[in-house]
Amino acid sequence: MIGAIQSLGRWGLGVFERLGRGIMFLVRVLLGLGNLVTRPVLIIRELYSVGVLSFLIILVSGLFVGMVLGLQGYVTLSRFGAESSLGVVVALSLVRELGPVVTALLFAGRAGSALTAEIGLMKATEQLSGMEMMAVDPIKRVVAPRFLAGFIAMPLLAAIFSAVGVYGGMFVGVGLLGVDSGSYWSQMQATVDLHNDILNGVIKSLVFGFVATWIAVYEGYDATPTSEGVSRATTRTVVNTALAVLGLDFILTALMFGNPR
Amino acid sequence: MNRRAIEIVVGLFVAAGFAALFVLAMQVSNLNQLNTSGGYHVTAFFQNIGGLKVGAPVTISGVTIGRVSSIWYNPRQYEAEVKMDIAPSQNYLPKDTSASIYTQGLLGEQYIALEPGGSLQNLKDGDVIHYTQSALVLEEIVGNLLARMTTK
Repeated sequence: MIGAIQSLGRWGLGVFERLGRGIMFLVRVLLGLGNLVTRPVLIIRELYSVGVLSFLIILVSGLFVGMVLGLQGYVTLSRFGAESSLGVVVALSLVRELGPVVTALLFAGRAGSALTAEIGLMKATEQLSGMEMMAVDPIKRVVAPRFLAGFIAMPLLAAIFSAVGVYGGMFVGVGLLGVDSGSYWSQMQATVDLHNDILNGVIKSLVFGFVATWIAVYEGYDATPTSEGVSRATTRTVVNTALAVLGLDFILTALMFGNPR
Repeated sequence: MNRRAIEIVVGLFVAAGFAALFVLAMQVSNLNQLNTSGGYHVTAFFQNIGGLKVGAPVTISGVTIGRVSSIWYNPRQYEAEVKMDIAPSQNYLPKDTSASIYTQGLLGEQYIALEPGGSLQNLKDGDVIHYTQSALVLEEIVGNLLARMTTK
């Protein structure tokens, strides 16, 4: 009994310890971002591995999520004779929710885990300590460009996801199910607001990009420097990012769309 | 891959991202809808606005010429006061124009339809539309119908 309570306390303290270390780490990364102005090449390389390599999975998932939304929306809406609102349903659910959230989850699986594994392996093979030996700050040289690249790539990926999804919904709704293409677009344009919907979606994806990349680089930097430690850190990245993104999504949604106009 | 190729691909990726944002802004949202800035405001009082919302279209002959900019309850008149922004190009509406609240389709959004009158004077900024027709509330109609059926 005592042992159980002790381990619970140890676990709780560990959680707060890791949270505090994560925040200190974030501050150091943010301070290290200034150095990148002189070496933008570092960001471009990371943008390639974080953004460009995630492009295809985002494109394909966006297309299919849009197609599913078109199909499901049509089935439900046609029951009320409101098929012409299909464009509104597809666009609002993509821009407000599914675009940022699904992109962040895919981003954690595709790019976040790779970042963690890369930094964790650098630590395990003592490349990071090697850099320190040469008076190169690994946070400035390794972590900061990856963090910034993730932060830049995530909103762009979310925008691509939403845009492709709208066309996927159009393909199913207008092309296969026979919704009028004029009412698909015009109802969408009449309802979706640039400020309330699209800008808030972009803000969401910025926040998710920040959190997802932060968790990924921190877990990698904080990993136990063994092969097992790296594998556990990679798992933690995906799990923690998913939890953080879904939790934050609720808070952000409540703040942005909580009080109807 | 050499550095040049990476730079090109990254450039393409960033361009695609911004293109997607551009598509969302231009094609999906209401950015390219009617711009009422520089237009004029008119006010109308309604007994009952039903489900009218701020941002709802104001139409004439079915063509959108403006948007509802604010709705509040005026306690002096005991009526709802609806302010509308009308596009600057539509400055030839007669003074005795009437406003009615209609519904798009059976369950669609509500909007204001203007019906031009015969006056020679035109509506100006800040004018009030005097002839209004409230929204049809489905419950009211059903209630009246039931009352009529039971009294017979």
